[in-house]
Amino acid sequence: MSPSTATPLVRWLTVATPLAGAPGARRAAVSPAQWRDAMRELAAAEFRLLALWTSTTPAAAVHAVLASGDNLLQLDLALPAGTTGYADIADIFPAAARMQRAAADLTGIAADARDRRPWVRHAAWPADYLPLAASAGVPAGEQTVADDYPFVRVTGDGVHEIPVGPVHAGIIEPGHFRFSVVGEKVLRLEQRLGYAHKGIEQRFTSLPLLEGHRLAARVSGDSAVAFSWAYVQALEGMADCRPPARALWLRALALECERIANHLGDLGALGNDAGFAFGLSQFSRLKEQWLRALEPVFAQRYLLDYVVPGGVARDAAGGALDALARCAGDIAREARLVRSIYDEHAGVRDRFVGTGIVKPQLARQLGMAGLAARASGQAHDLRVDAPTEPYAALGVQVVCEQDGDVAARVAVRFGELDESVRLVARIAAELPSGDHRGEVVAPAAGTSGLGAIEGWRGPVLLALTSGSGGSIARCHPHDPSWQNWPLLEHAVIGNIVPDFPLINKSFNLSYSGQDL
Amino acid sequence: MYKTLRQIRHIGIVTEPPRGADEELRVRAALQARIAEVLGRALCIREVDAGSCNGCELEIQALNNPLYNIEALGIRFVASPRHADLLLVTGPVARNMELALKRTYQAMPDPKLVVAVGDCGCSGGIFGENYASAGRVGNVIPVDVAVPGCPPGPARILAGILTAISPGR
Repeated sequence: MSPSTATPLVRWLTVATPLAGAPGARRAAVSPAQWRDAMRELAAAEFRLLALWTSTTPAAAVHAVLASGDNLLQLDLALPAGTTGYADIADIFPAAARMQRAAADLTGIAADARDRRPWVRHAAWPADYLPLAASAGVPAGEQTVADDYPFVRVTGDGVHEIPVGPVHAGIIEPGHFRFSVVGEKVLRLEQRLGYAHKGIEQRFTSLPLLEGHRLAARVSGDSAVAFSWAYVQALEGMADCRPPARALWLRALALECERIANHLGDLGALGNDAGFAFGLSQFSRLKEQWLRALEPVFAQRYLLDYVVPGGVARDAAGGALDALARCAGDIAREARLVRSIYDEHAGVRDRFVGTGIVKPQLARQLGMAGLAARASGQAHDLRVDAPTEPYAALGVQVVCEQDGDVAARVAVRFGELDESVRLVARIAAELPSGDHRGEVVAPAAGTSGLGAIEGWRGPVLLALTSGSGGSIARCHPHDPSWQNWPLLEHAVIGNIVPDFPLINKSFNLSYSGQDL
Repeated sequence: MYKTLRQIRHIGIVTEPPRGADEELRVRAALQARIAEVLGRALCIREVDAGSCNGCELEIQALNNPLYNIEALGIRFVASPRHADLLLVTGPVARNMELALKRTYQAMPDPKLVVAVGDCGCSGGIFGENYASAGRVGNVIPVDVAVPGCPPGPARILAGILTAISPGR
């Protein structure tokens, strides 16, 4: 089969049928024989892999979501009865490698890949216990021993290893980094994640459909609005319910507020990691000011319980919205002042510029996602590419940089901070009147939907299938950190060990969001 | 440099006075008078995320911002459990983190104060207990003070920390 740019679009998008939830989402069934060809053709047509997962009910299947422009395509591969294997696609979409390994741990449905090391399963439960298998009960016997994970060894004169984690020196999430270094220079970084794996996907199946948004919000607390919105977007699509316009605008307000809070936090931490504590003082003060400004509108500092099925948990009064928009404007003004100080500070520039580079070509090859990808020339943003209401009306300006270094990731954050502040003011001024919440009736069993929301870190995806009696048969939340963790391994090559915290912070990836 | 100094002068000191300890949060009382005497003026904290959603981490980080300014109270976050008087633990304890949490606890010098932060640390929260989650922190190591909330705000977390080192009733 010759890969052409026109054929696959015709071939896979024309056979695809609409999928509930995200705007423009479609799905197509593929056979085991078509699986790799489909992936190859879609890769040739510049589709990116957004997520890959497996399911066991009603039958064993592999699912992948790919995106290009405004196309969001889910491929469903039903496995022949009695089989649990499928063809590896990591050579076509490198981002698939870890997703395939995690899927094998959870359902036993495994790709015929070369790297079949477990990913989220360490030593706490036995290999034959499959948490998402239909018959999964409680694992037999508990172990709390350290397992011996086969890291790739780098050998040669003067090469030594530095193991870091899972407990890190700062106030951050758990994970293990294995550096192979010569002197101060990093030859190779290998990550081992999964420490924060707490059985989220199994837990979903014991929650009612109309309550799953609460767990979705807690997949990665810093992206609570993005995940809970993706969940209810899938659910509302499945239930054929359209929330009132006011509710959708308030969700967008919450999403932009979440983006502002995270960008403020990161911009301070990045200054600090570059040895400029002044930056942390300024931005952590601004972030606190911002979180306090959110309370009168959302009744929370972190919006974990704001997005609910059918709308949002509470309406916002005009006065409170105006105050929020004013606060956002004040913060943007102060942030611009600190930006000018960052830009003129020789020490900060020295640490930021040329550090932790991911070139646009590598970003494209490895399927980098979200904010970090936009700093490496990949101008993808779901708010623009496949806008959920009200984003088409808001007209988001994508912020993109080409250099792919820490300085570029800082610049994207500054740019997006300004843009989100503009969006907050616009939403506060133009919020449609009406209800803030509508009715949602749980859909019939066996209905599927897909949610796709551009969170502050990148595209957040959530695939949902209903069970009988208003239950959840399967829910797979997907954080863009899956795509970007491997890029961090590349970004650090050739840099010095002391620059790792700075490079790591410039990505600021979620552990919980990928460990699940 | 001029801009930096001008901004520092313009903002001034924004630190707010902390609220005190809250006996409601205490789970277990041990040697409180002695602890207050020894640690009351200089406390070192090691934070361990044992499997949280990272929401609690964001609020713990806020303790270092100029408004809460926890260092001004003589409280410091340290990089090693060997330097720590108090362990601040978040999350339902992921079974993949159970061993690391126990080892961190063992590495601390006595009296090994432990404050569990957040609904998950207090009760397992929405995640509960399953093949991968051991639930609340108290299921894995002894807990002195538990601070509920999802996530609890910085003022509540600070009250929990101060409770752990206060003389008690």
